[in-house]
Amino acid sequence: MIQLTPWDLGLSSILILLLAAMSWRLRLGVERRVLIAAVRSAVQLTLVGMVLHVLFAQTSLALIGLMALVMLSVAGFEVMQRQKRRYHGLWGYGIGAFSMFLSSFSVTLLAVTLIIGVEPWYQPQYLIPLLGMLLGNTMSGVAIALDNLTRNAWESRGKVEARLLAGQDWDAAIEDIRREALRSGLIPIVNAMGTAGLVSLPGMMTGQILAGSAPIEAAKYQLMIMFLISAGTGLGSVAAVWLGARRLFDERQRLRLDRLTNTPRA
Amino acid sequence: MAALRLAAIRQHLLRGVDLDIDAGELVFLSGPSGSGKSLLLRAIADLDPHEGEVWLGAEARSGMAPPLWRRRVGLLPAESFWWGETVGEHLPRGGSAAQITDWLQALGFAPDVLTWSVMRLSTGERQRLALVRLLAQQPEALLLDEATANLDPANRDQVERLIETYRRLNQTSVLWVSHDPAQRQRLGARAYVIRDGLLVAEP
Repeated sequence: MIQLTPWDLGLSSILILLLAAMSWRLRLGVERRVLIAAVRSAVQLTLVGMVLHVLFAQTSLALIGLMALVMLSVAGFEVMQRQKRRYHGLWGYGIGAFSMFLSSFSVTLLAVTLIIGVEPWYQPQYLIPLLGMLLGNTMSGVAIALDNLTRNAWESRGKVEARLLAGQDWDAAIEDIRREALRSGLIPIVNAMGTAGLVSLPGMMTGQILAGSAPIEAAKYQLMIMFLISAGTGLGSVAAVWLGARRLFDERQRLRLDRLTNTPRA
Repeated sequence: MAALRLAAIRQHLLRGVDLDIDAGELVFLSGPSGSGKSLLLRAIADLDPHEGEVWLGAEARSGMAPPLWRRRVGLLPAESFWWGETVGEHLPRGGSAAQITDWLQALGFAPDVLTWSVMRLSTGERQRLALVRLLAQQPEALLLDEATANLDPANRDQVERLIETYRRLNQTSVLWVSHDPAQRQRLGARAYVIRDGLLVAEP
């Protein structure tokens, strides 16, 4: 594999500077954001690279577990950030984080133990990238699904309460909204799976090919990871939407929109 | 056939509302906008968290599953909402078809209204059909929030007659929020005003 020098990276960063200049010239107003995001990505990826460098050199389960927890907690925070209306209190963080924990961790465990058969199963070179990909994709699905759920529950309050007044149970009253939220969380990954390889090569496959793997081997890995991601996203979205919907009702089956923040975030 | 009894309903604007409505009795409730009339009806139907207890006959609400309570103590909100495609989908299964046809007829609808799309109903049609939807639950008590507010006099009379017929026939206790003093005159009933979160009897 051809190694990149700092000079190469500097060269590519000129493109970002050009983009920022264009934003400034055309008054798009995003130049600050572009630059901050570029600096953030540079710092974060360098740090992650260094951390993984250290992590890959050993096989301490505790350290790897710690890394996994850090990844999960950041993903949980990100899910919360993407909600227009959040649940009050710990729930705002907990529903997303728990759903991702449930889905990403179990699917990753399944992958390293039964599917790939890594020895030992927690070998970081496999575990961490797999978990990262699963968390990243599940995070998107969970965030979209939860946002859709709370947004629609808020807007359809009259309909949900009309169903409660008609004597329906809480889960019948929220059924349509719940189904729609799940669909919205699943559609992006299902679409990505359906067009994989036609429009662009998926990131992981590209990476493996660049690193020198045979394209067929890279395709096999990509296929497996797509299946894992879809399953993980599905599982995570189901868990998040179920918990989220449950939390919208109390023990007397009342729709409790007061459990959401009432000032929508921009 | 059961009396409806409210005991110390407290929530936000409501500062301890007590009220007894006998089986088959009609009680009117009025009060300025924002005084808590709708809140009180919502509290009775157990849609919002609040303090207090409600009794239907000898049965306490707290001992009854909420869906059952809401079927038996039916609330007609001021604005009706529809979740399905056609009117008919909203009627409970196992309801008496003949009775529903009678009620529709009493409100000036042909039976085929059940196949109509909800999207195409006018405000007045929605309001009247929401009443039929509610009666089809066979409620033992009725909570009506401005049941005739958007209707022309002819439709209003039809709705009043239907509610009165249902009440007399089933000995239903009815709590009716209305701003129309003439309506109270016509139907002749006890009346209360909500003032500072409490019920005050009107002469």
